[in-house]
Amino acid sequence: MLENAWLIPALPLAGFIIIFLFGRRLGEPRAGVLATLMTAGSFVVTVGVFFALLSRASEDRHHVVTLFTWLPVGSLHIDMAILIDPLSVTMALFITGIGALIHLYAIGYMHGDPKFSKFFLYLNLFIFSMLMLVLGENLLVTFLGWEGVGACSYFLISFWHTRDSAATAGKKAFVTNRVGDWGVMIAMFMAFSAVGTLSYSGINEAAESGQLAAVTATGIALMLFIGACGKSAQLPLYLWLPDAMEGPTPVSALIHAATMVTSGVFLMTRMNPVLHVSYHWVMTIIAVVGAATALFAATVAVAQTDIKKVLAYSTVSQLGFMFLAIGSGAYVAAIFHMVTHAFFKALLFLGSGAVIHGMHHQQDMRKMGALRKVMPITAMTFIVGWLAIAGVPPFAGFWSKDEILLYVYANNRGLYLVGVVTALLTAYYMTRQVIMVFYGEARWHDQSEEHGAHGDATPHESPWIMLAPLVVLSGLAIGGGLLQLPFSSKTHFLEHWLEPVIESGERNIDGTWASDNKYLLLLVAVVIACLGIAGAIAVYAKKKAPALEPAILANGWMYDSSVSRFMGGPGRAAFSGVARFDAGVVDGAVNGVARVVGSTSNALRKVQTGFVRFYAAILGLGVVVLLAWFLLRGVL
Amino acid sequence: MNLAVIEPTTSWYLVLAAVLFGIGTVGVMVRRNPLVMFMCIELMLNAVNLSFVALSASLSDINGQTAVFFVLVVAAAEVVVGLGIIVSIMRRRSDATADDLSVLKG
Repeated sequence: MLENAWLIPALPLAGFIIIFLFGRRLGEPRAGVLATLMTAGSFVVTVGVFFALLSRASEDRHHVVTLFTWLPVGSLHIDMAILIDPLSVTMALFITGIGALIHLYAIGYMHGDPKFSKFFLYLNLFIFSMLMLVLGENLLVTFLGWEGVGACSYFLISFWHTRDSAATAGKKAFVTNRVGDWGVMIAMFMAFSAVGTLSYSGINEAAESGQLAAVTATGIALMLFIGACGKSAQLPLYLWLPDAMEGPTPVSALIHAATMVTSGVFLMTRMNPVLHVSYHWVMTIIAVVGAATALFAATVAVAQTDIKKVLAYSTVSQLGFMFLAIGSGAYVAAIFHMVTHAFFKALLFLGSGAVIHGMHHQQDMRKMGALRKVMPITAMTFIVGWLAIAGVPPFAGFWSKDEILLYVYANNRGLYLVGVVTALLTAYYMTRQVIMVFYGEARWHDQSEEHGAHGDATPHESPWIMLAPLVVLSGLAIGGGLLQLPFSSKTHFLEHWLEPVIESGERNIDGTWASDNKYLLLLVAVVIACLGIAGAIAVYAKKKAPALEPAILANGWMYDSSVSRFMGGPGRAAFSGVARFDAGVVDGAVNGVARVVGSTSNALRKVQTGFVRFYAAILGLGVVVLLAWFLLRGVL
Repeated sequence: MNLAVIEPTTSWYLVLAAVLFGIGTVGVMVRRNPLVMFMCIELMLNAVNLSFVALSASLSDINGQTAVFFVLVVAAAEVVVGLGIIVSIMRRRSDATADDLSVLKG
């Protein structure tokens, strides 16, 4: 079974090629069905690989499938190889599983879109790239996937490119990601020059055996972290993710919540031995950036009115949690939260998509309300997602967030406080969203009259093809916590499963105060979640206190606009200066050389008279001069 | 002075070769008729051949005579190509001189 692992990325690639060649002929809905089947097939293969891997002994769970030699250049020898180990299979399982559900949902969501088949073309290409990213055996194959998902993200954000804002958002995402990609490339160069290979096993073994100097490891880790910041939308590069909501909602669910944005967390976990041998302050930086991002994005989410913007900032915040976990050495907790977050955030995004679909592309929460009566199934599943992200037991998000907070407490109590405040805010803004969308009085009547000419303008429930993924995902959001329950070491399924990958980097907190009092911390987490929910109910449902939504929060602390103003003002001037330097000095030097050569040869051209006798005379003269030289050399 | 006693030495041949070579050189430079220029080049080649043979005989070295054969072969090939070109030029413009054929000037 393990030898067939190449089928996992091959199936979505086949789907991409078929839709690329025959997409228009397939049309709607066959292109979508094909894409869904390919991703589902990939999921089935992944499940097979998972069980094949499970049947091996824990330390044997490492298998490399080499497809072909990609780059044999001197001492640089790179194989197109797939690495099957617990981490990559975990990633592949939820990428293909959630991916298939979202494909299914998109058949309903994209119904009637003129570019229907093109949408699934990009989706399948995305799944392929994402799988190459997680399954790659070396940094370069991962980087291939890394760039592939970036390109797909760009295509899909600006999918409705006739809309100006969508085209701009796509460009913004692309450019911001390039800043991060630069870090990954530098990290690759450093790894190659230090270790002589780009394969994960080679680099990680070098780190574990002490061949990798701490300075080099620190450089590699920092550069990779810059890349991770770009892809996973951390401060200061988070800017593109809220704007990425311009894309169709299935894209937001798949790429900008569940899979692509977690690849930074994946990469850091994959390289955990390198992080382990680098200087200690690297981990501190990662933890602080994660905590700052989590808190920052949570405060911004409190004041958003766009249903998807709330979820976007929430995603940034949860990704911050994952980096906080990595910075605390809690790789298992980070992966655990990544998986549960993929469940409930995909659910929330798809739910918001169902709401937007039912509301005829209305995204403003102030024009919603009381929707639970007209779309009961969407409301029910959305509420499950809300409870999961808010951290209410026994939903999935509670267990993973608690696991992170436990490690953070053992590591640094100040950051623990930030984490707790973020958790409080998370519960608060998610409750606010649920109340604004599904409860209270209906605020969509007045506008349904505006749209009266279109006929049926009242919100409606979505078709089953969109509801089925919601139901499945809400099941996962309820039960996802079973992967890793904190009660005893026997219920740490995910930890035992991932152990061969993370054993060198994972921090052991046994015997610390946090570990001994984990039930107390659990209780604190429950109280915090309930406080957040109660606060939001008091403000938005009972109206006991005025809503606190200052404009500075709604504008994201003016960060985005200040960056735009800086880059648009002094930044632009600086770059036009550079462009002038390029045109004047660099191009001038090149053109100057060409001009000198040109004019010299123009002058020399005159020598070529075209008279044979003149050439003969020159020839004769030359012979005489040479002869004179040879004869007189001896004399003089 | 008995002319019959005078034996021609190697220098004689070399002088003759030099004279022939000089005639050829001047011919190439002063004449404008392509055919005559061509004959002058042949004259120069054979002047060199003469000096080769003369030195080969005086130094008792066969290599000089071998070189002559090479020169003859190359000259024959050159004649084929050169005469072909000249004939085709003459067919087109029978009064053309070498100076008129200067389309390749820079």
